[in-house]
Amino acid sequence: MAEPVLLRNVGVPNSHTIEVYMQRGGYQALPKALKEYQPAALVDLVKRSGLRGRGGAGFPAGVKWSFLPKGVYPRYLVCNADEGEPGTFKDRVLIEHDPHGLIEGIIISCYACEVNTAFIYIRGEYEFGARRLEQAIQEAYAHGFLGKNILGSGFNLDIIVHRGAGAYICGEETGLLTSLEGDRGHPKLKPPFPASEGLYRKPTVINNVETLFNVPFIVERGAEWYTSMGTEKSPGIKLFCISGHVNKPGVYELPLATPLRTLIYDYAGGPLEGKPIKAIIPGGSSTPMITPQHLDVPLDYESLAAIGTMLGSGAVIVIGEGTCIVRTVERLAEFYRHESCGKCIPCREGTDWLYKILHRIEHGGGREEDLPLLLDICNNIGGKSFCPLGDAALGPVRSSIANFRDEYLQHIREKRCPYQA
Amino acid sequence: MLSDKVKSEIQQLKARYPHPNSALLPALALAQKEHGWLSPEVLEEVATVMELSPAQVGSVASFYTMFNRRPVGKYLIQVCTNIACSLLGAEHIVEHLKRQLGINVGETTPDGRFTLMEVECLGSCGTAPVMQVNDTYYENLTAERVDEILAELRRR
Repeated sequence: MAEPVLLRNVGVPNSHTIEVYMQRGGYQALPKALKEYQPAALVDLVKRSGLRGRGGAGFPAGVKWSFLPKGVYPRYLVCNADEGEPGTFKDRVLIEHDPHGLIEGIIISCYACEVNTAFIYIRGEYEFGARRLEQAIQEAYAHGFLGKNILGSGFNLDIIVHRGAGAYICGEETGLLTSLEGDRGHPKLKPPFPASEGLYRKPTVINNVETLFNVPFIVERGAEWYTSMGTEKSPGIKLFCISGHVNKPGVYELPLATPLRTLIYDYAGGPLEGKPIKAIIPGGSSTPMITPQHLDVPLDYESLAAIGTMLGSGAVIVIGEGTCIVRTVERLAEFYRHESCGKCIPCREGTDWLYKILHRIEHGGGREEDLPLLLDICNNIGGKSFCPLGDAALGPVRSSIANFRDEYLQHIREKRCPYQA
Repeated sequence: MLSDKVKSEIQQLKARYPHPNSALLPALALAQKEHGWLSPEVLEEVATVMELSPAQVGSVASFYTMFNRRPVGKYLIQVCTNIACSLLGAEHIVEHLKRQLGINVGETTPDGRFTLMEVECLGSCGTAPVMQVNDTYYENLTAERVDEILAELRRR
């Protein structure tokens, strides 16, 4: 097992305090960035590292930064800490155990993007994490890492922690911005993209917690260090959250392209109670589920795309034999129905229909024509909803019908769930 | 009604953001912390301090699940029943709580002490099943652990 980088402070006593963070080498990348780099050179460094967005979409972070229109100010940076994709809990670990790592990443990224006001939009339920961040920010101000003229560089930055209030849609970047502006978290049409017209209609960079957390390490160790791990198109390290039917669920740090089998067996202790694995959701609840025949798939963006699924947020959910797939997918459909913001009809109505049909199949009221009907609804949501939430709702439905059609048919023919006693 | 303290805290929040409207979510959170829930009267007062219309404030409050628009008990128990928790028996935790509290999901005990809710993913999938009581997470739940937590809350 290689020495962890992103998780190096997790488990160290008082790792959340600035003293411990600095004792362990923290706030070394910041002076280096300010002294040795012009902002544009930092953008270039992050571009060369190939760091991709860790929230789910995987868009190259440096490229995103370079989309900011020249000469338009103020600009804002928003850290997306609205971690809500079921199965995902990595950002919470970073925030609670290593808040200064995130803050240092934000400061350097703001310097690179010429931003003087940053926001951390943290989901409302993470009250403990929000308090940790507030404390850490106060410490950073007291040490001169935030505020006016940071370390004598002439660069100014303020960070505001903003708590959400319970809405999955606010993890979608335009929904997040609308929410941060004090409104219902409704997504906005793109273009204009947030880089040109975002928060308060100003150029805005939005990055996930884990993405920003990588930046100080890239500054300290160089782009070549980062590209020496993973693959050419998926370089670097990634946090994987593994949950469900495994012996040691948790957050593990691995180079991208590590086989799924290694994560499940060598890190997460293998399947719970030795039960065979029935299905795996590899990247958060929205990503299509796969079967154990794909256990050797490398965990990187391209390899998972090649088998019809996604790396997403790196949230691996292991489903053991003895679990009803229809029931599991019904529960996920209920989630998307609840979280659909209601702005567009394909998603608002479609997620409701998906749930109702899955519910009746699971509860013995399924009809032969329900499977084609479910797929037809999927086709009428896919690519037709206003934001990615509609598409996200389809992953579990389509993939489960493709892989477990017989189980659906058994529910329908027997007019009951075969897993219910 | 809203205390002067909360009103002045909301004013400070408005000054903190580049645009005062951004203070609306934290303002509603402060109001709820003081009153336990957001009654129409409280929403109207928040609107006055925020210099927004009551309709605008009500519309925002109704969008977010963490804003209670009905009274809740002293302890709001929210059990995650999303995928990771449900794979590890969250339904049994809900059933156990229903029995122990004598209420259904969505109800409050007659003494006003406990409200039971199901909630979507709390981001605690590695320590499932999980529930949140007010702001505190309780992880790796079992029926026995739930009993201990309830006993502790009843003693408070």
